[in-house]
Amino acid sequence: MSDEAIMTGKHFMNGDEACAEGALAAGCRFFAGYPITPQSEIAERMSKRMPEVGGRFIQMEDELSSIAAVLGGSWGGSRAMTATSGPGFSLMMENIGLGMMTETPCVIANIQRGSPSTGLPTAVGQGDMMQAQWGSHGDYGVIAYAPTSPQEMFDFTVKAFNKAEQYMMPVFVMADEKIGHMRERVEIDESKVEIYPRRKPEVDPDEFKPYEPDDDLVPRMASAGEGYRVHVTGLTHNQQGYPQLDVETQQEKVGRLVDKVDKNKDDIVELDTIGIEDAEVLIVSYGMAFRTAMGAYKQAREKGIKAGIVRLVTVWPFPEDEIKEFSKQVKGIVVPEINLGQMVREVERASAGNTEVKLVPHPGGGLHEPEQILESLEALL
Amino acid sequence: MRKEIRFGGFGGQGIISAGNITGKAASIFEDKNAVLIQSYGPEARGGACSADVVIEDEKIDYPQIKVPEILILMSQEAYEKYSGEIKDGGIMLLEKDLVEEVEQPGGVKQYKVPATKIAEDLGHKIVANVVMLGALVAITEAVDRAKMKESVLSSVPEGTEDLNERAFESGYEYGSKLIKEEVPGR
Repeated sequence: MSDEAIMTGKHFMNGDEACAEGALAAGCRFFAGYPITPQSEIAERMSKRMPEVGGRFIQMEDELSSIAAVLGGSWGGSRAMTATSGPGFSLMMENIGLGMMTETPCVIANIQRGSPSTGLPTAVGQGDMMQAQWGSHGDYGVIAYAPTSPQEMFDFTVKAFNKAEQYMMPVFVMADEKIGHMRERVEIDESKVEIYPRRKPEVDPDEFKPYEPDDDLVPRMASAGEGYRVHVTGLTHNQQGYPQLDVETQQEKVGRLVDKVDKNKDDIVELDTIGIEDAEVLIVSYGMAFRTAMGAYKQAREKGIKAGIVRLVTVWPFPEDEIKEFSKQVKGIVVPEINLGQMVREVERASAGNTEVKLVPHPGGGLHEPEQILESLEALL
Repeated sequence: MRKEIRFGGFGGQGIISAGNITGKAASIFEDKNAVLIQSYGPEARGGACSADVVIEDEKIDYPQIKVPEILILMSQEAYEKYSGEIKDGGIMLLEKDLVEEVEQPGGVKQYKVPATKIAEDLGHKIVANVVMLGALVAITEAVDRAKMKESVLSSVPEGTEDLNERAFESGYEYGSKLIKEEVPGR
């Protein structure tokens, strides 16, 4: 295909392919995965491209082993990723928790389809949004991106790798079948791709503690064989990495897993606002549903309705401070989702009763019509 | 201006490839915006399959076709499945020998192109979809002729450029004759 890791140029490609290219551009050189629709084009592309750029592609026996291999790849020093869809995402949950607990940078792309269970293998859904935050047991902060186009599949996969390395944790790209399979122009420019390098220890090996955080609450990581202590365990561990099963260590460790995301929200949270200045009603949207919402927004403005859109680039951590402020200025908020009500709960929570919040649900398998969202906006006025 | 084009046929006719070439012509070579949404799954490998292309000068928000204004239908099954949904004043291109039972709906212009036969005469029926693309740009100007050709040649496998170029030009020629009514087919 190409022996260039970064395929600078304009391409007409689908979202899955763009996700794979974004990963390669971000320096990913290890991919382990298991085929599942509508994600398989990511794995397929990786299987061709990894050997071209000197990386490794492994087709594992299932999703449990896929995420396990990715964690191992990252511990070995590689920028690593896997990709899956809902059923596979469910299977990965236990080891996603291991990745959070061991603070292992990696990227997991979930190309969502109609769910639960096997659901609608070839059709769109956004039913895994809460699972991304709460799927594995226990408390931990989460970073998740919601792309809306093949171009953003490229751009956000790069971002996901960088945030994974910066905050030392698995980061999610929460896309869906529609974005994965649709083709659009994707512009790739090597000079615009920034890479956040692995946080390597800078002290002597004798002084290194693998879980001693820097001021930003994030530790550094040595790979096995570099002369530094490497210790990996899912048990609650102290800064040396050894299991220490007491309340103080639990508080320090797990508290930090939450705080390193929560206290760095200003750096992590990204959202776009459109028409917000004079907005009387608001759409809060993310992912594929956002493109339909844009259609509704334009129709609303043409009819003289003062509508605005808040588009979540990162869905997790949820931008509750921002939504709270917006909720004070509008008569109501509509939340279109291709599920029966997930992120709307966060919007309600953040709005804290300041305004009416209305879900525009879709069970999955297709997109809303812009008119459905428009009607909900009109009903709030 | 939003243009909605739907290609329909059976898996193996290059329907999705035709949609891909059209979307690429518009978005890469004409620098407009285009999105392709293709049918997925078993239907892409045998049954009626489709490729939907939306072309816009502006950024495309809603990516799905609502009601297409151009239909390119290359099998009877696709005709039956998709021909009912077309804009008033729309244009329908039909594979002359594979779509035989046709009603003439009011307000829609129909053009019949023997794309498979033309392709066979050129050496291989596999380029019937590219013949259709030639006819498409002659009849509808949905995409600029030179840009579509550039997109065809940059998309086909190496070593088949000559065959595909001849297929495209033959389709264009046939389409031009159709609009001048030099050949029957309306």
